[in-house]
Amino acid sequence: MLRRTLLASAAATTMLGGVVMADGHGPTKLGFVFVGPVGDGGWTYEHNQARLAVEAEFGDAVETVFVESVPEGPDAVRVMTQMALEGADLIFTTSFGYMDQTIEVAANFPDVRFEHATGYKQADNVSVYSARFYEGRAVQGHIAGHITESNIVGYIASFPIPEVIRGINAAYIHAREVNPDVEFKIIWAYTWFDPAKEAEAAAVLIEQGADVILQHTDSTAPQAAAAAANDAGGRIYTFGQASDMPEFGPLPRVSSIIDDWAPYYIARTQAVMDDTWESMSTWDGIGAGMVGIGDISDAIPAEVKASAEAMVTRLAAGEYHAFTGPINKQDGSVWLTEGETASDYGDDSLAGMSFYVEGLTAEIPQ
Amino acid sequence: MHNLYDNSIAGAAMIKLEKRPQPSQFWSLAAPIVAVMLTMIFGAALFAALGKPPIEALGKIFWEPLFGEFNFFYLPQLLIKGAPLVAIALGLSLGFKAGVWNIGAEGQYIIGALCGAGVALALYPMEARWLIFPAMLIAGAFGGFAWAMIPGLLRVKFGTNEILVSLMLVYVAEQLLASMALGLMKNPDGFGFPGSRNLSQYSSASSWIDQSNGMHWGVVIALIGVIFAYTLFAKHILGFQIKLAGQAPRAAAFSGVSPARLVLFCLGTSGALAGLAGLTEVAGPAGLVSIDFNVGYGFTAIIVAFLGRLHPVGILFAGALMALTYIGGDVAQSSLGLPGAAIQVFQGMLLFFLLGVDVLTNYRVSMKQGSVA
Repeated sequence: MLRRTLLASAAATTMLGGVVMADGHGPTKLGFVFVGPVGDGGWTYEHNQARLAVEAEFGDAVETVFVESVPEGPDAVRVMTQMALEGADLIFTTSFGYMDQTIEVAANFPDVRFEHATGYKQADNVSVYSARFYEGRAVQGHIAGHITESNIVGYIASFPIPEVIRGINAAYIHAREVNPDVEFKIIWAYTWFDPAKEAEAAAVLIEQGADVILQHTDSTAPQAAAAAANDAGGRIYTFGQASDMPEFGPLPRVSSIIDDWAPYYIARTQAVMDDTWESMSTWDGIGAGMVGIGDISDAIPAEVKASAEAMVTRLAAGEYHAFTGPINKQDGSVWLTEGETASDYGDDSLAGMSFYVEGLTAEIPQ
Repeated sequence: MHNLYDNSIAGAAMIKLEKRPQPSQFWSLAAPIVAVMLTMIFGAALFAALGKPPIEALGKIFWEPLFGEFNFFYLPQLLIKGAPLVAIALGLSLGFKAGVWNIGAEGQYIIGALCGAGVALALYPMEARWLIFPAMLIAGAFGGFAWAMIPGLLRVKFGTNEILVSLMLVYVAEQLLASMALGLMKNPDGFGFPGSRNLSQYSSASSWIDQSNGMHWGVVIALIGVIFAYTLFAKHILGFQIKLAGQAPRAAAFSGVSPARLVLFCLGTSGALAGLAGLTEVAGPAGLVSIDFNVGYGFTAIIVAFLGRLHPVGILFAGALMALTYIGGDVAQSSLGLPGAAIQVFQGMLLFFLLGVDVLTNYRVSMKQGSVA
């Protein structure tokens, strides 16, 4: 109770500060909690780019602070609380593992707004937002299915949570669509960012015959590993993850999924400034610009590039859903019937996806 | 050979290190203080090189959490961050004194947490704190103990190296943790997401005593541990045997100390303490079994043990100092925009300088006019 009262009084102080700001004397203060270093070249890098975009947009009207490499546990509670105490008006917590911590801290600071990335728990002052990365995965799968010669696609996965499983399913469905013989080899790295582990995983997959490497981890290490293999006479293809990673193009990187958080961050900051901020759930894809497909390089055949770009257009326009039936689950039971598209929430939905689709031979780790 | 060695030293430099007959009492106490001061000086230089105000950065790290405006929040955080470090380091110090190198406390910490959490999750939602929490403590301590017994028994029976075995078992424990968070212990109401139920919100299992002041059972265990370890070394024959085994193994063997028993005692105790630290963490500050529950306390505690001169009271201070650098480091990051890596370098410097200055405890520096080789 004591803590509650103390924090409440601190929050009251913050509010007083807020009044001053409303008068135009102080900037809106934003806090960012990052799971990796801003120099990871992937996930956290893009969140930080969006932070910089907010600064560029609003100039002196905003002040941003951030803390890097915050473990997803009690440390996150401390960092968020510290930001709230120091007067943050809006705090972005940019990893799934910050979910319970965000809710906990938000309860202590009813006047501070929180934005939690990729989670599912909302509160009056906590919004959730995520991107439909699986749309980008569908495009990757389509390209991968076409260009693989060994018919083995390697996949460096992070944690077996719905977001990652969705990505594997989306990529596999679209690879198999154009190449019935394709096989996915999946390595679970159990980390979002660990260049050494990621490089090792890439090397293992290449040794096992994979000539396309997809990654759901945040560093550029797999790209570097593939580039090294290509220097040694191999021909390995990769895709940039979370960030464009253009320095590895045109080979091994042949395209990428780019997370573009900037429009969302700017809009939410504007909402706080206008006092129109409300708790909401946002899940945007290619169409809304939250997911971008990086330039498809000419290292792949022109007709594949053309069909991939056509798919991007159809996904963006909402003409095509990346999960359109018929699709069976791995155990052979029907998931989506002919023409049916997956729902976002509810039973067997995208949000809580915890099963593989038919054809994947691996098992989801338990 | 001997001559060659002497000449090369004398010829190379005029500075000579002479082994002291007895470790210096003065330097043993002064080394950590000098190391902290050197860290501050070089840390300030590092921060200045990064274009940040050095004095202000040091102030954010060392002053702000203790005496700043929001110290009512940071002081309890010191307890939360320091308690597992102290508890684990105390256990490790027993072994380190006796020459038993348990590097795998991180694994014992994880297994203790899993065993304790397992008890609570199995009995959920029964309301019986008098039964459940003590059972969790026992399970947590036992889990850590049992995990440490693997390298212990392997060393005693087969002469394997406990450094390698205990370290490798950390990775095994991490895999087990991932498996539990994704499978057996997964929250059935969690929409398929990994992670167990939140134990800190389950009144029969929570290790919080007073969350607003950072008090949980892990803090109590760390403090009791300090008293226990102090008494062990000051008053008890076992404490003497541990020291003797480390300093003069042959003498210890002659005086009737069983090396096997000592190895098992040191590993078992440190394992149990690490397990208790893990259990109180998972049922309190962390709250749930998640894939990345462990954040390296078991490894950082090694630094804490040495920084505290393997002395219980020293470890208490070292744990508090280490916790302070973490908390103050985050303050400096968010308020001055210092990169996270700079804080890690800063913490690394602390150990580096400690080991460097520590040479003076065992060696005397003398300036001699060396003869020409």
